[in-house]
Amino acid sequence: MDLGETAVKAKAFSYFRAATIDQALDAHARAGDDARFIAGGQSLVPALSLRLQAPRLLIDITHIGELRGVRREGDALRIGALTRHCEMLSEPLIAEFAPLLHAAAPFVAHPAIRNRGTFGGSVALADPASEFPAMTLALDAEIEIAGLSGRRRVKADDFFIDLFETALEPGELITAVYVPLFRADQRFAFDELARRRGDYALVGCGMLATCTGERIDDIRISFFSVGNTPTRVKGVEATLIGARLDAERIAAAQGALEGDLAPPEGDEVPPSMRLHLARVLLGRLLGRLGEGA
Amino acid sequence: MSGFDDSLLNEADETVRVRFVVNGRKVACEVAPRDTLVDCLRDKLELTGTHAGCEMGACGACLVQLDGRAVHSCLIFAVQADGGRIDTIEGLSESGLLADLQAEFHRRNALQCGFCTPGMLINAHELLSQTAQPSREDIRDALSGNYCRCTGYEAIVDAIDAVAKAHGENGGAT
Repeated sequence: MDLGETAVKAKAFSYFRAATIDQALDAHARAGDDARFIAGGQSLVPALSLRLQAPRLLIDITHIGELRGVRREGDALRIGALTRHCEMLSEPLIAEFAPLLHAAAPFVAHPAIRNRGTFGGSVALADPASEFPAMTLALDAEIEIAGLSGRRRVKADDFFIDLFETALEPGELITAVYVPLFRADQRFAFDELARRRGDYALVGCGMLATCTGERIDDIRISFFSVGNTPTRVKGVEATLIGARLDAERIAAAQGALEGDLAPPEGDEVPPSMRLHLARVLLGRLLGRLGEGA
Repeated sequence: MSGFDDSLLNEADETVRVRFVVNGRKVACEVAPRDTLVDCLRDKLELTGTHAGCEMGACGACLVQLDGRAVHSCLIFAVQADGGRIDTIEGLSESGLLADLQAEFHRRNALQCGFCTPGMLINAHELLSQTAQPSREDIRDALSGNYCRCTGYEAIVDAIDAVAKAHGENGGAT
């Protein structure tokens, strides 16, 4: 087949199916880091097909057992990097101990994409419009990373650096994400605004609050589709700590949003509209949080 | 201990042998690593019921089942599916549920040009296999990744709704 310049076909690459993490890391290094790890491939395959990326080597990590599975480890839930988006909906441990991720999962792409796409892949890509990377911020999650020099853990707060740029060094891969177990004194809320279901959100938000009765002791609020990275709104959070969620307090929180978010210019959605939608969404979600939803 | 052989890096254009069980039959074929599953099915195995549309996972025309779950065959390289069980529209049309969906699509004019239909059917099959009594909203949600440029979707939703109700009345078993 003759592939013209407009062809939607990937450039030629070699393919290696790794059986262990060490094999995958070694292969990456031996390709001079001109390689990509592939798991679900739901973002990577289009990028290859459009020739936005053209590595020499594709390293398939989906057969590495250590990257699979969801289990409790102490006071955290360990979510293996290969956990598929559809499993975020079907896995009982996620529903019980990470309900914010369970609530976000139906909003991730379409059913067939959710059957393939992986949690670790979504976090590694760090698409600023994606649900799961932003939720790792709200959950105060830790990302476990494997590289040739060993394993390390990075807080979600320190992981997302800039547009599609994370704390991952070339040749490193995410092995798991650790999420503190959801507790009885916590509440969560999630929603997003999109023109059509399954589209990228115009703006989205998830939050996790720790309460004593109706008083908020701690809250983490994270937005997506608002800039180059998923974004915690710390100024808004500060207005809510120690408070009860009445109409006045919610309005004050909405007022503080402008100081935390600076949606970019030059987008099809003007910054003022995105900020307005973020305020609307914040108000709705805090309202639900106040009702104990 | 590494299973990686450096010579692999110089063999990007060389084909490799892959094996699948396609529609219940064992098959083997030679593919380049960059060949997508949809191209393999259509060009190598001559199963042209699976359609290549946008080739970037947006339109849903290329849906097949891989190990029992609906996936975009344009978003998987054939080498990734090596060893897997693949069911395409050609194989599934012999099953009761899919045959019922096809008959109902036909009866209600839920297709015109037919390009999107195989993907619609695979997706509808997965929805009804998992949800016995989906609402119309559930059906629309499930089809949110399947484009149809002819029908306006209403007849498609009607057809899936009718099959869901018929199967529900028959005890829901599929």
